[in-house]
Amino acid sequence: MTKRFAVGIFEDEDVLLHAVENIRAAGVKIYDVFSPYPVHGIDDALGIERSRLPIAAFFFGMTGLAFALWLQIYMLGFDWPMIIGGKPHIALPAFIPVAFELTVFFTCHGMAITFFTIQGLYPRPKVPVIDVRATDDKFVMAIELDETSSQFSRLTQLLRENGASEVNQKEMTNN
Amino acid sequence: MQHVSAVREPLVTGGKTLHDVTQDICYQVEAKPNIRWMAALSVALFFLGVFFYSVYRTVWYGIGEWGLNKTVNWAWDITNFVWWVGIGHAGTLISAVLLLFRQKWRSSINRAAEAMTIFAVICAAMFPVLHMGRPWLAFYVFPLQNTLGSLWVNFNSPLLWDVFAISTYFTVSLVFWYIGLIPDFASIRDRAKGTIAKFSYSMLSFGWKGSAKAWSRYETVSLILAGVSTPLVLSVHTIVSMDFATSVVPGWHTTIFPPYFVAGAIFSGFAMVLTLMLITRVVFRLEDYITLEHIALMNKIMMVTGSIVGVAYITEFFIAWYSQVEFEQYAFINRATGPYWWAYASMMTCNVITPQLVWFRRVRYSIPLTFILSIIVNIGMWFERFVIIVTSLHRDYLPSSWAMFSPSIIDIGLYVGTLGLFFTLFLLFAKFFPVINMAEVKTILKYTVDNGPTYNPQKAAHAHAPQPAIGAPASAPITYNKHD
Repeated sequence: MTKRFAVGIFEDEDVLLHAVENIRAAGVKIYDVFSPYPVHGIDDALGIERSRLPIAAFFFGMTGLAFALWLQIYMLGFDWPMIIGGKPHIALPAFIPVAFELTVFFTCHGMAITFFTIQGLYPRPKVPVIDVRATDDKFVMAIELDETSSQFSRLTQLLRENGASEVNQKEMTNN
Repeated sequence: MQHVSAVREPLVTGGKTLHDVTQDICYQVEAKPNIRWMAALSVALFFLGVFFYSVYRTVWYGIGEWGLNKTVNWAWDITNFVWWVGIGHAGTLISAVLLLFRQKWRSSINRAAEAMTIFAVICAAMFPVLHMGRPWLAFYVFPLQNTLGSLWVNFNSPLLWDVFAISTYFTVSLVFWYIGLIPDFASIRDRAKGTIAKFSYSMLSFGWKGSAKAWSRYETVSLILAGVSTPLVLSVHTIVSMDFATSVVPGWHTTIFPPYFVAGAIFSGFAMVLTLMLITRVVFRLEDYITLEHIALMNKIMMVTGSIVGVAYITEFFIAWYSQVEFEQYAFINRATGPYWWAYASMMTCNVITPQLVWFRRVRYSIPLTFILSIIVNIGMWFERFVIIVTSLHRDYLPSSWAMFSPSIIDIGLYVGTLGLFFTLFLLFAKFFPVINMAEVKTILKYTVDNGPTYNPQKAAHAHAPQPAIGAPASAPITYNKHD
């Protein structure tokens, strides 16, 4: 599917932030903003909700902890009990290190996998980008265009008024 | 619109713009390898060869190739293992602990320090695996069903905790490091000209575009990973120290070991970070990113942790006397005055006395002195582990079995060989990966960059500088120490 975008290029994060606020206030829907580094305050300006990833992290951690406790208690306590150093079969204090490590292990890898999945990050041979300078030094705002022909010139003016140094039209396939 | 703080040193000098950062860091990746890098890589590859030869001898002829004997049955292998794991700790400290403490200066050094962590852990893992004698059975350390039935690993053993700690530490560091690399790979990808470069960095960048939502999640994930890595890094060396502390060998059976080992790990790790950074900044011309201020700050951390280690040495001695345990007392007296006194003396000199030189500002800000100091600390920390391990073992409860340890050529080859492995990996990293976290340096650029090479702190500090005293000539220069 081909989409057309009006692409505004900004030089500065503060200008971008104001532009985002003004453009949204003008009733224009912003498709996305691309920046070389995280811009503070852009989440609020764009209306991005606070990520629920920390909740996922907690559950991954708990899964790891439960798995580790089950692993140790089942193996040494029930499946093949052995007397080691005259200690009880289920010697909980001795199980703390492995339980801790597996909690961390599950949290970290669970988070990484979740992040890659929800963000659609995976190795691919070709990455189409709206403007290559977005990973270098420019802040790029993309606004999706519909079929009306006058829309682009109107958006160009709006973006320019809000400090865009450059406005382009770009077609993206399969974005 | 640049903001300059009067009281803080700029974190990046040279009046860099965002584009300059991309340019400076990507330059190394895009340029043809220079002759100094090639020369360094050849030396590293030679030692990597030494490593492979030593591994071949160890695996083919067995552990008898090492200098171990019945009394000293742990020596260079575990010394090297602990030394390498310890070195890794500085990377995680910089990437996780300093992130949580919002120490922005970490931005220019975290990438390389994390790489160092990963390579150091790889080197460390070689020793226990090789000491198994049959490394192809290394999977026996995991809780897998034995072919004879369900006989499980012993979860009460600190050596097994180590398996979990080191594998968690390695994989978590790797993932944390890689997630940080993704935006920078995207920067390189979007600049790449050649087909191969474009393809490889596209694959490596995982399709990163830098959208607002992606950054928001990225920051959340980084924070969580930093949050879990912080206790992790403390736990890893704690568990390594428990390999010794839970035994009943005099000199090892010490409750002080966990904090003492963690401090020692960070101490030696920062020494290694300094060694690597001082070379990297010169070879890759990164003086504007890794400034003297960075070096001074790392020196301070080295001094603090070095002093903790010094206190731990003295405490150990005190407790040996205070415990009134004859064997414990002998172990420590023997350490200091016995046949291994020279190892103990090197340890004390390198780890306790030399770091105190950092109190002098001139030492802290001097590149050659810092470099020498960092090497000395690396040597000292190696001796610390050697002293703890070998001197505690070589004279045990039964005087008839007392023995000395002398390393075989294969022992030496393995140690030097892992240095080769480490530097080969580090040099490859430095050439093909961005050595400085570009995205993160860009975030601090706007608020900390100075106004170019002619930066004038007095002018910048205009609003907050102390006013000249009343009656002083109006033209009198405002003087204050900008480091206060």
